Amino acid sequence: MSIANDLIPPQPPPPVTAFRWTGLRILGASLLGLWILAGIALVLWLIDAWDIDKVNTYGPKFLSGLGTTLTLVGISITLGAVLSVPVAFGRMSSNRILSSLAYGYVYFFRGTPLIAQLFLIYYGFGTFRDQLEAVGLWVFFRDAWNCALFAFTLNTAAYQAEILRGAIESVTRGQHEGAAALGLTRFQTFYKIILPQAMIVALRPYGNEIILMIKGSAIVAIVTVFDLMGETRRAYSRTFDFQTYIWAAVFYLVIVEALRNIWEKLEQRLTRHLKR
Amino acid sequence: MEPTASLGEQLYWLASLFDPFCGPLGFLNLLPDGSLLSCGDTGWGDEVARGFFVTITLALCTLPIGLIIGLFLALAKQTEVRSLRAAANIYTTIFRGLPELLTIFMIYFGLQIAVREVAIALGFERGFDINSFIAGTIALSLVFSAYASEVLSSAFKAIPKGQYEAGHALGLRPGKTMRLIILPQLVRIALPGLGNLWMILIKDTALISVIGLGDTLRQTGIAAKVTKEAFFFYGIACLLFLALAMASSVVFSKIETRVRRSGVSR
Repeated sequence: MSIANDLIPPQPPPPVTAFRWTGLRILGASLLGLWILAGIALVLWLIDAWDIDKVNTYGPKFLSGLGTTLTLVGISITLGAVLSVPVAFGRMSSNRILSSLAYGYVYFFRGTPLIAQLFLIYYGFGTFRDQLEAVGLWVFFRDAWNCALFAFTLNTAAYQAEILRGAIESVTRGQHEGAAALGLTRFQTFYKIILPQAMIVALRPYGNEIILMIKGSAIVAIVTVFDLMGETRRAYSRTFDFQTYIWAAVFYLVIVEALRNIWEKLEQRLTRHLKR
Repeated sequence: MEPTASLGEQLYWLASLFDPFCGPLGFLNLLPDGSLLSCGDTGWGDEVARGFFVTITLALCTLPIGLIIGLFLALAKQTEVRSLRAAANIYTTIFRGLPELLTIFMIYFGLQIAVREVAIALGFERGFDINSFIAGTIALSLVFSAYASEVLSSAFKAIPKGQYEAGHALGLRPGKTMRLIILPQLVRIALPGLGNLWMILIKDTALISVIGLGDTLRQTGIAAKVTKEAFFFYGIACLLFLALAMASSVVFSKIETRVRRSGVSR
């Protein structure tokens, strides 16, 4: 049997691998450089194209368009949230007729483009003008803004109903049983036990839905509502200056990124008790 | 058909034989003459059907381009090279954050301006018109690839490191490891997410109608304006999109069962 008499002498740590320009590094640096160059060029171009007259003319319009976008999205998300509750419960109901009605609603509004829905309501309801006038609803559907609000509300209600349903169904059965064992009523169970847990699951999809609605709301510009996109198109059609589109892009990117970051912070704060 | 017809016309004629709407066996032929959706000059059936095929073609053209760009973006996002990751992330942030409609307009008008500048620099008197189909394909590919890269990079994260190490241990080069070991598993993980993206893509194609492409929505819109039957025709457009969504979900569930069968059952 051999016995090792000498221990292995202490070794220096392996040498730090020197920085080498590998192919990937060169590619990465050049692509990033391209982005930076494009960014600098864009800023220089915007400074060069800065025209105080145009800013004075179209700046306030852009801001009012931004207001229109945010109002439209805010109202339709809120109304959609209200409408999504009965739809979600219809989807979960054991009544065949009720659940298939709710399923048909959700399938239609999630399976067709928002723009087609908007056209169906804005142009299509004009076909029934006489009937709508008879019941006094024509005043509502005559206005493009109302039609957009109506279409967006129905659309987001379908998406939110699915989010709500998924979240409620993600709460395990044991929670229901535990609440029943404590003698809570069905309403108390839902309100105090199920809903708080479901809302945490639903938080991220709700944030995504708001962002999708802000982006999707740009299509109202086509039915003559002057939201941010509508004002952009109007400004472009008068000036033929491409920077109007660049400014719109900047506005949209800032809103979406701000919302995304706020939502992430909110989620981190609300789920801090779940962190281990 | 005339014997002198070009190859393209012959192909078109051959394809029209299998047209499920207005071909020899098309179901719209069953409609009585003079109805709104009948084929030929009296109805709008053939126009709407042509728009429907444009929608499908646009989506099918965008899909491979978007997937390839998305795959490269996802690969860039999971390298150790920080600058490459940053470049890919900037791309994703921009094209996921912009409204699809704005991207479409920017590509369409921006491309037109760029082409005009280049044409004038090359000595032509004026620019060329940009085909709205091409502009639409580019814009939708940009958006689709940004979303696809997110789906694919989260699928990459789901593949354990041991798979790469096993490939290395077998003496495979990185490219081969990727092709033979990682990608087959990646497809299995990413497929549901990609299916969702395909559905979104189909719906986004409707936006291209605003830059003048004669897709489903535009063709039904023209029919609606001419006949004053807006509700009917936009309803038809919605039903066509629904049919496309249903057909896609059937195809996707077929592909998914097929792909799952080739995988290891865990």
